Amino acid sequence: MIELPALGWQSIVIFVVFALSLLIATYCTYAERVIAAFLQDRVGPDRAGPYGLLQPLADAVKMFTKEEFFPGGANKVLFVVGPCLAMITALMSSAVIPFGNTMSFGNNLFFLQGIEVNIGMLWIFGVVSLGVYGVMIGGWASNNKFSLLGAVRAASQNISYELAMGMSLIAVLMISGTLSLREITLQQSVAGEWQVWNIVKQPLGFIIFLVCAFAETNRTPFDLPECETELVGGYHTEYSSMKLGLYLFSEYVNIFVVSAVMSVLYFGGFNFPFQYELRDWFINSQGWELNSAQNLITLLGTVGLFLKIFAFIFFFMWIRWTLPRFRYDQLMRLGWTILIPLAVFNIVLTGALILFGVI
Amino acid sequence: MQLTNRAKVLEKKPMTLAERAYLPAIFQGLSITMRHFFMKKATVRYPEEVRPFSAFFRGLHVLKRDEQGRERCTACGLCAVSCPAEAITMVAGERKKGEEGLYREEKYAISYEINMLRCIFCGLCEEACPKAAIYLQADKMAPPRYERDEFVYGKDRLVEPVSPDERSVRGIQLTPEQADTLRARIV
Repeated sequence: MIELPALGWQSIVIFVVFALSLLIATYCTYAERVIAAFLQDRVGPDRAGPYGLLQPLADAVKMFTKEEFFPGGANKVLFVVGPCLAMITALMSSAVIPFGNTMSFGNNLFFLQGIEVNIGMLWIFGVVSLGVYGVMIGGWASNNKFSLLGAVRAASQNISYELAMGMSLIAVLMISGTLSLREITLQQSVAGEWQVWNIVKQPLGFIIFLVCAFAETNRTPFDLPECETELVGGYHTEYSSMKLGLYLFSEYVNIFVVSAVMSVLYFGGFNFPFQYELRDWFINSQGWELNSAQNLITLLGTVGLFLKIFAFIFFFMWIRWTLPRFRYDQLMRLGWTILIPLAVFNIVLTGALILFGVI
Repeated sequence: MQLTNRAKVLEKKPMTLAERAYLPAIFQGLSITMRHFFMKKATVRYPEEVRPFSAFFRGLHVLKRDEQGRERCTACGLCAVSCPAEAITMVAGERKKGEEGLYREEKYAISYEINMLRCIFCGLCEEACPKAAIYLQADKMAPPRYERDEFVYGKDRLVEPVSPDERSVRGIQLTPEQADTLRARIV
């Protein structure tokens, strides 16, 4: 059914998304250090290039030229598979995210999205939950008790928080009635009304999702799988060189993806306030054609989506340099006895509100 | 056992709902870190930016010359005696005929060494000196070096260089070229 031009377009979009995720992840390492420094009254890296902007490049060179170390007794194959799996799963999930609305050239319509499938959300959560295998395999193959402990923690943490995350999403699905991320985005774009963003309808669900997103990406305050103070380095204790780099990198790609998912699900994705008024203004007052006005709005929407994503990435880092780490029993108690009941309550509440026609 | 009357009995109250919800505390913390985000940074970018010294900073020593460019030090040894770190050593010598333009008094220091690894930069030598010969400069630090013996500063590095503006060094009128060669030899 898919025609060849569409296929070519899709591969271009996939390639651009792939390159963008890597670029953003690269500069996340820089942003992390600068934001950390600024929150602690320092200035951060500023030696490599103007404002230290070449710092990620220097880090990459360092990573590539370090010794490739295999611990004794480690399973060599799995030891290499671990970081690869972590990176692959992190990169795969961005394929279904709608990064923009429709571009139209003549009679051809193009989506600014890798793959438009009607199970987009399922795809993301399937792939993201595969990510724990990368951590688990890497930790286990290292033949190190700290790595194994970190891996076990990662596995149990991800499983615990995926439950609450999935249930907070069910409420979104009840409102939208579809699993397609594009459909969910378009439903949040009624002309002239920004109030239809899902965050307004699902504030509780968003908070649950946000907390779970922190746990899923192994970020502070839930970075128990790699907590330096207890487990040396957690699952990547034995890793060096670019294999360590892949693990660190996949964390930032995951942050990027989860920020994109949150923007799409709760903050209107590529919609921005007064987009239709702006389009009509271009058509009526400036005399633009419908197609070019629509294309401009699409591009602005893509920029808007990336601004939302960057805001979330900043929030992730802001939280990281503010909050201390949870203790393991606190983490589990928060997940099982607070977030899951809250998510169930949210489902019931949403159901009742839909039943009485409030939302 | 009660040692003082200042002990306070702490009552552990049950946490309020806001405290148990944890979110208000998080927002409080976030606002604190955000305030720091916009604060003035404490970092001094060193090679480009130098933190200003205080007016009475005690840095690297200098052995002064008088107005006619003669060394003021007479090797009396009071600085070495006053030095709590025993960093100063010197060898005294007698001024010979014809050296009146070089040394101010009949006695002078043939060698004068300060070990900068021992020195604690207390400034007692400066206080002890009756001839106003030794000073700790307020704008110069003893720089780091690779070898230990490089920290023993002799007269070649301690004596104030001949000022290029004063053409009449040692009572002789110098041409600018002569002043340059002289400066190159001393510094």
